[in-house]
Amino acid sequence: MTDTSTLARGGADASAPSRRSRKRERGPGLSPKAVPYVLLLPGLLVIAVLLLYPLYQMVEMSFHKVGLRQIKAVNPAPADFVGWDNYTQILGSDLFWSSLRNTVLFAVVTVALTLILGTLVGLLLNKLGPKMSTFVVVGIMAAWATPPTAQAIVWKWLFDSDSGIVNWALNLLPDWLSNLLFGHADWSGYPWFNDTLTLYFVLIVAVVWASFPFIAVSVLAGLKSIPSELYEAAKMDGSSAVHTFRRITFPLLRPVFSVLVVLSIIWDFKVFTQLYLLAGGTVNRDAFNLSLWSYAEAFSSPPKMGLGAAIAVVLTVILLLITFVYVRQIVKTEDDIR
Amino acid sequence: MSPLARRRLGRAALNAAGVVVFLFAVFPVYWMVTTAFKPNDQIFTTSFIPFPSPPSMDHISRVFTKGVAGHSIWQYLFNSTLVALSAVVLGAVFALLAATAVARFRFRFRTSFLILLLIVQMVPAEALLIPLFTMVKRLGLYDQLLGLIIINVGLTLPFSVWMLRTFVAAVPKELEEASWIDGAGRFTTFWRVLFPLVAPGLVATSIFAFITTWNEFVYALTLIGDQGKYTMPVALQFFVGQRSTDWGGIMAASTLMTIPVLIFFLLVQRRMVSGLVAGAVKG
Repeated sequence: MTDTSTLARGGADASAPSRRSRKRERGPGLSPKAVPYVLLLPGLLVIAVLLLYPLYQMVEMSFHKVGLRQIKAVNPAPADFVGWDNYTQILGSDLFWSSLRNTVLFAVVTVALTLILGTLVGLLLNKLGPKMSTFVVVGIMAAWATPPTAQAIVWKWLFDSDSGIVNWALNLLPDWLSNLLFGHADWSGYPWFNDTLTLYFVLIVAVVWASFPFIAVSVLAGLKSIPSELYEAAKMDGSSAVHTFRRITFPLLRPVFSVLVVLSIIWDFKVFTQLYLLAGGTVNRDAFNLSLWSYAEAFSSPPKMGLGAAIAVVLTVILLLITFVYVRQIVKTEDDIR
Repeated sequence: MSPLARRRLGRAALNAAGVVVFLFAVFPVYWMVTTAFKPNDQIFTTSFIPFPSPPSMDHISRVFTKGVAGHSIWQYLFNSTLVALSAVVLGAVFALLAATAVARFRFRFRTSFLILLLIVQMVPAEALLIPLFTMVKRLGLYDQLLGLIIINVGLTLPFSVWMLRTFVAAVPKELEEASWIDGAGRFTTFWRVLFPLVAPGLVATSIFAFITTWNEFVYALTLIGDQGKYTMPVALQFFVGQRSTDWGGIMAASTLMTIPVLIFFLLVQRRMVSGLVAGAVKG
């Protein structure tokens, strides 16, 4: 880049040959047609080497048996081609159905709760006065900013069996009520992380807590962009709050919602960090989702990288299908892309 | 009830709801910070102690002096900072060049490139872990922070380009044309005219990439085996023991790890939202 520009500035010199100064009129330096490609090249290389090639490799590995001897740094052994074996092994495994169930159920519940809570908070922020609104935004920012590892650790602490504050609070419930709701009254030492269902309950709480702020702030930004005349007109016509939301707010925010839905699905489908930490690594096979299962197979001893890659392919295909909807939406709303 | 009283009641209800949301969002963070300052007998208890009395610096000083997994927390903070800063600086250069290309020029594969960006962003980083692990291993970069830096450049680049291109597009093209007419070369124009105007956007994008890299867990977990090279998210795990967890220590370390992110978040919050839902929110 530096080189071509010095050349260009040299071209501006009065003593330069006329052929060069003619070239300058078209724009200095490189031929204008080449410039965008030159600018794009480094970034494109990074994406090709670090994202596209591994994507291809992942698919290739899923058809091979890749173990310790194949991933050695020095003289790796060639991997045996096994055809669809890895895939048939996955589909035949009990873990496939349990981890697919965990992945999908978790995503559905979490996405729904995040969007409902986030939208309600966004609507609330829009109604609050400026001071109160800033106060709440700063508060939810704290939840959003907490790193995923810290999120998992904090919620694990809140739900700790012996000294966790959740068990303390549940013990405050009157015994009859606790019995009625949960079937037992004594919460001291209640282990939340032994059972898959309660483990996922904590995971859902933690992830919803961390992700609703983004939805709320995005919905708020969307609401601010709706002209207030529309609401005044609706009010004049005697429209009820629910009716106004259904007929004005929701249709105008539809593009925002569709992007938020897809982004949330993608984030929640592949949740790894929080699950890994709450489940305490890969010990509890019953709690696997697809990404944790893939990790567990690939990095167990002995490593089964091919099998892990095949699970990752299944996860990626599901996500790319969902992404397709997202990309279509973006291409539709963003005129600039075309 | 008079309309005025009803409106006041409505306002009070809204404010109350706001306070509830605030408490739900803040309480876990509050609990993390206060636990970090509680002496052990106030942590391992079955009663509710809302505030450390008196606050103790034991855990904070312990994570710095004794640390965890054989190293002071300074080491892990240093590793995390080194990885995040290097990845951000490298990524920013690539992202700025690519963003300028797509925002300033019309060329044949422009749309294809933008769609490619969108799609690769959606490929789960967790899925690429296995091929990238073998790649890093073959290149001899296993157990080296350099490997982690390179991976993070790749993971953050698509989003950085996507976010940055709107900032480049926002700079009026006339300014650059004026600079050319005045005889400045492409590089001078870029450096003296475009760059200063895009700088705020570049800062916002870089902060976002910094946070992503700072928080990154799964690659740091698998690509680094040497405890002295752990980053913060990985080191945190080692407070969790077989039988008991050092809650005071882990909360102190988590607090230290969260502070920089929180500060950055408050700085770029507005821009981040517009970057993430770019195009969907129409003004």
